[in-house]
Amino acid sequence: MEAPLNAGFAFQGIVIFLAAPLAAGVLRKLKAVLQNRLGAPVVQPYRDLRKLLGKEEVVSGTASGLFRVAPYVVFAATAGACSLVPVVLARMATAGGAWGDLVVLVGLLALGRFALALGALEAGSAFGGMGSSREMMVSSLAEPALLTALFVAALEARTSEAGRIAAHVARTGGAAFGPGSAFALAALFLVALAECGRLPVDNPSTHLELTMIHEAMILEYSGRSLALIEWASQARLLLFMTLLVDLFLPWGIALDASAAALALGAAVYALKIAGLCAVLAFAETSTAKLRLFRVPDFLGAAFVLALIGLFSQGFIQWGL
Amino acid sequence: MFRILRRCARTGLATLPLEPARDADYELAGEKLRESIRRLRGGRSLYVREVDAGSCNGCEIEISALTSPVYDAERFGVHVTASPRHADVLLVTGPVTRQMELALKMTYEAAPEPKIVVACGDCALDGGAFAGSYAVAGAVEDVLPVDIRIKGCPPKPSAILGALLAAVERAGKA
Repeated sequence: MEAPLNAGFAFQGIVIFLAAPLAAGVLRKLKAVLQNRLGAPVVQPYRDLRKLLGKEEVVSGTASGLFRVAPYVVFAATAGACSLVPVVLARMATAGGAWGDLVVLVGLLALGRFALALGALEAGSAFGGMGSSREMMVSSLAEPALLTALFVAALEARTSEAGRIAAHVARTGGAAFGPGSAFALAALFLVALAECGRLPVDNPSTHLELTMIHEAMILEYSGRSLALIEWASQARLLLFMTLLVDLFLPWGIALDASAAALALGAAVYALKIAGLCAVLAFAETSTAKLRLFRVPDFLGAAFVLALIGLFSQGFIQWGL
Repeated sequence: MFRILRRCARTGLATLPLEPARDADYELAGEKLRESIRRLRGGRSLYVREVDAGSCNGCEIEISALTSPVYDAERFGVHVTASPRHADVLLVTGPVTRQMELALKMTYEAAPEPKIVVACGDCALDGGAFAGSYAVAGAVEDVLPVDIRIKGCPPKPSAILGALLAAVERAGKA
């Protein structure tokens, strides 16, 4: 029983990759409706990716091999990170063996963004360097907040494996969602905005020279490389959404691999992600982008929230 | 925050249905277009890079209206992009001035195959009011192979979008 559950757990990462363009499409559609537009069909990101995969690549004359390798590293690192999280199936305590935990996940995401920042420097365009330096600044501030928020969930479940945390919280019920979790959830939401290049830290739908971060790094990429990077960044967004719902609000997730439990888990997961997309669309429509020098304040607030969450979780577990 | 959302709800859908393009508005020029559309999987996703080769900015105003809620080019998968590396369509406006001739050629080289060149507006087609000027190198056709020609001075936003989509559809079927 143990082996198929382990394999099934890792295969959930593929679900994230397959569903990520759909989630991005739904998000764009919701935002378009809020802007009184009709907007692109929800399957548009799939069409974009399919077209990009069939296109030729143009590589700048100044770029070395690193430029070509970087998109594959980004894609592989994101895929690895996706295989560590529960989507519709939690990991039971009885399933033996160790699986990569949340620290590995954060590390893999950092590897991906490091590769992308290096690749962006390669083409020798001014925008690439600007985007890389901004991305590194944002990530250096977001990462401590991210880790601290994740540790709150780990403290509650006494394990740092995402799959086991989800199983613990789902089985314990409402008692597992204390004030610490509420703070950590808020912190993780803010960090997710920064990590995925959403408003108010970065705007995914603009190419304004003064503000762009992620878009500045991918300006020089074309064809298949661009498709891989875009796909990976869509998967990263869905990965963070999955972390938000499955670490803190995993109720309904499948605790065993029976067909009924999996179907229920998938339905509940789709509902939760759709709800989160709606929240994100509302938040992005009603906020303006922050000035770049205000981003540290924003991420500082996220870090403080995560820290308060960690302390309250500690007090509840061990007392003063 | 809620003021914006309330206003969104009050306004309702601003997007107008697209008027079908009239045949007099555009011409297909290149033989290459059909092959390009095939390799672009039917043209349901088009990233457009706008190149101003010396235009009076009349065409630019009409093109920037395409991204507004009223025309909403994104509903057809048409997306204006910031980099020629991402582009499937080069939308060239204005007569090609001597200063912009090299830049236009470099933009064309920077875009990955398959790429579609659209000459947009009367100046791009034959130089328009600027034809024969000492500062003008010629029409877009004199510099790049043009696939689609869109007439008008300036063409209406609906005509630009309609002509682009109709041309892509016709070439895809042919």
